[in-house]
Amino acid sequence: MKPAARDLRVRCSSMNLRYIIPLIAVIVLFLIAYLGAQVSGLQYVFGVVIPYLALITFVLGFAYRVIGWSRSAVPFKIPTTGGQQKSLPWVEHSKFDCPVNTWQVVVRMALEILTFRSLFRNTRMKLKEGGRISYQLELFLWAGALAFHYAFLVVLIRHLRFFIEPVPFVVQLVENVDSFFRMEIIYPVFKFGLPGVFISGFLLLAAVSYLFLRRLFVRQVKYISIASDYFPLFLIFGIAFSGIFMRYVTKVDVTAVKELTMGLITFQPTIPAGVDAVFFVHIFFVSVLLAYFPFSKLMHLGGVFLSPTRNMTTDTRARRHINPWNYPVPVHTYDEYEDEFREKMVEVGIAVEKMPEPAPAEAPASDSEPEPEEEKE
Amino acid sequence: MADETPKPEELIRIDHAPPKTDWMEVPVNIRKGMYCYASNPKSVEYVGLPHAREWNPLDDDWKLPENWQEILHEGFKERLEKFRSFKVFMDICVRCGACADKCHYFIGTGDPKNMPVLRAELLRSVYRNDFTRMGKILGKANGARPLTVDVLKEWWYYLFQCSECRRCSVFCPYGIDTAEITMMGRELLNLIGLNIDWIATPVANCYRTGNHLGIQPHAFKDMLDFFVEDIEEITGVQLDYNLNKKGADILFITPSGDVFADPGTYTAMGYLMLFHYLKEKYGLDVTWSTYGSEGGNFGFFTSHETMKRLNSKMYAEAKRLGVKWILGGECGHMWRVINQYMDTMNGPTDFLEEPVSPITGTKFENARSNKMVHIAEFTADLIKHGKLELDPSRNDHLKVTFHDSCNPARGMGIFEEPRYIINNVCNHFYDMPANTIRENTFCCGSGAGLNAGEDMELRMAGGLPRANAVKYVHEKHGVNMLACICAIDRAALPPLMEYWVPEVDVTGLHELVANALIMPGENERTTDLRGEDIPGREVVEEVEEGESEGESEEQADE
Repeated sequence: MKPAARDLRVRCSSMNLRYIIPLIAVIVLFLIAYLGAQVSGLQYVFGVVIPYLALITFVLGFAYRVIGWSRSAVPFKIPTTGGQQKSLPWVEHSKFDCPVNTWQVVVRMALEILTFRSLFRNTRMKLKEGGRISYQLELFLWAGALAFHYAFLVVLIRHLRFFIEPVPFVVQLVENVDSFFRMEIIYPVFKFGLPGVFISGFLLLAAVSYLFLRRLFVRQVKYISIASDYFPLFLIFGIAFSGIFMRYVTKVDVTAVKELTMGLITFQPTIPAGVDAVFFVHIFFVSVLLAYFPFSKLMHLGGVFLSPTRNMTTDTRARRHINPWNYPVPVHTYDEYEDEFREKMVEVGIAVEKMPEPAPAEAPASDSEPEPEEEKE
Repeated sequence: MADETPKPEELIRIDHAPPKTDWMEVPVNIRKGMYCYASNPKSVEYVGLPHAREWNPLDDDWKLPENWQEILHEGFKERLEKFRSFKVFMDICVRCGACADKCHYFIGTGDPKNMPVLRAELLRSVYRNDFTRMGKILGKANGARPLTVDVLKEWWYYLFQCSECRRCSVFCPYGIDTAEITMMGRELLNLIGLNIDWIATPVANCYRTGNHLGIQPHAFKDMLDFFVEDIEEITGVQLDYNLNKKGADILFITPSGDVFADPGTYTAMGYLMLFHYLKEKYGLDVTWSTYGSEGGNFGFFTSHETMKRLNSKMYAEAKRLGVKWILGGECGHMWRVINQYMDTMNGPTDFLEEPVSPITGTKFENARSNKMVHIAEFTADLIKHGKLELDPSRNDHLKVTFHDSCNPARGMGIFEEPRYIINNVCNHFYDMPANTIRENTFCCGSGAGLNAGEDMELRMAGGLPRANAVKYVHEKHGVNMLACICAIDRAALPPLMEYWVPEVDVTGLHELVANALIMPGENERTTDLRGEDIPGREVVEEVEEGESEGESEEQADE
């Protein structure tokens, strides 16, 4: 092989594979579901069997992971202190960045989980001409992440409509807010806006695209990204896209879909006639996401609650934390120390516990004595 | 050594763009100036750590124990169970990249493996391969790889290019703390004898003599006596101090580095003067200790167990001397250990009393369990209650800025106390830009045991963000003094300043306090503690130069 060709292969085989493999995987998943749904007998598999299995995997897997984490000990209280400690009464204490009691921790965690507070601190370093370094507030990642997660949440809440009858007020409220922005385009060839447009779906699609493009085009982020970073992005893109496609383009038979989903939730599964193939793609993607979830980085959903640098109080000097596996360690006792240095101590008048024997037995094995540290430079 | 370090104008040319090649395919290049020498086997042996041997990082053969992979695998597994932090941090990173440009070593070197996320991925890649199913299935494309000798070398190289400063953990949306990952990684490396000597030998020294520098008790006393002479020369006050005194009110423990080398020595003189003042005025009895002559804890950079072994001396000595509580000097990682580990490891301390300042009556509620008070808390309280007579104009020739040391900043949250003190003992104080101080502070570049001579390029590169911010206030406000509350800073920042901002000097907080402190019966001060004339107060007749003792510092012992 020519060097150039080999070089090209090496390049392909390295970083680009990291998104090509998951992209192919999602396309294959699409084909499986789309084609499979055409086969009459397989509709039951895609519409009922797989969703059930996926949900079971999700629930058990999630629990398994969280239990796994909580089985690991928390030997030390190691919160990251992000503000002034509580010390002297006249020094203003930064309650939520350096929390000392449970409710302050709860606020810190709530700010973290609900508003992505740490990401809100994000800065971007720039090395400028003349060697000055600047750190500017950089909120795109924060905004993108927030948009992604909240859009996803709203979409999820909206989907409760398919699993609860009658549709709860909260869900209707969310829907009303979500479709507050109305836009209708009605042409003979192109109709848009009916049914009412939910912003969340499009926002989710936009946010997930942003997160993907960021991985692809921000050099440092591309460098650190691996297949399991791209895969869920593609999958969620597929979920959002198929959902939007169903709603606004193929105009799926919502009544039939609801019959199916209500069947799932009431354990009387059925496959009504007239359910579009895109629906099976949609629900298959969702199933894959659910089943994949517990074995992936998506578990940050659970892990963020258990992060010891965030969920612990900073009052480590005021209240003793217990290490469940604390064990006694070999120490160099004062007596051993004095035994070695007693004569020298007495000579310069440092108080000792025991006065030296009249005939001192000097010099412990000097070859095991470490060299005194030399001061550098 | 120093002449091989690139010049500042060369070092500042940093390319932050990662290479085209996958990071797993970029082999580690252990480069001179960037790594620290391997541990001296005598030191490793002295504290009974495993696999002591001569080895050289530049050699192909690191003389690893035959079953090193098994040792590391088992060690990894054990730590996943013992430390939830480790397990959660291995699992939940989403590689959002928020941490990438937060690390001073990445900013200073541009080496992508110094991005905190990638430093963690070095371990995480092996974790995926060894402990997760997903990782095994997809292999490299999913960032999993087996632990080979090359991977091990990469671990070693980059885990000793992390100063455990925790800056990245402030910005991580899940609080993933690279310090925690580095600590685990270094513990693992220590299982097969792969420490650096700048950590291993201080650990052995500390175990034996009570301090990192290996200063034996008589020499320690010599050094304090030497300070007493200097202080008398400068202030005219002959002071006394206690050493290993039973029944004193308070045991004082500070890093030995301040007793040993400039400019920390001036801070040590500051402590002596403050304690003398408190004794004369209020009858407070503070004692130093030779057995507990180290505040710092290089065990912290070795393993949790070693940390505990070295730390045990503090409580043991407090108990033996029968003091009421312990006062801790200015030091960085020392305070992370004291604040977040000591009580858990070596408590409970029923033999001590809840700390109360006998002078002001202030109860240090925040230290009521571990019974150890930070001297900045202690002194700030004294000043607040008007218990110190101060003349801040004696520091008028100084334009001061303050470097928040990483560990007191992000492992403790002590921000206001030192600033309050500085504002009361100095008239010119200017903070550096907000993104570079307090919880956003930058490391000196030499923390976590990396303050050696042989890794000077790494230190200068890693210290760049700190120096850059100092340069900013130097140019804007004429700042000429960088204050800090860390002994490693006092050793690390002077060469850093010399390299990047030569006009700025480094001081401890209590040097500034002592300069301003009006001692009972003192002569009018014409010089500061460094023996340098205070502008406007010089004596006209020629004063004997107060020995600007540099390298000629008394050798530690023997």
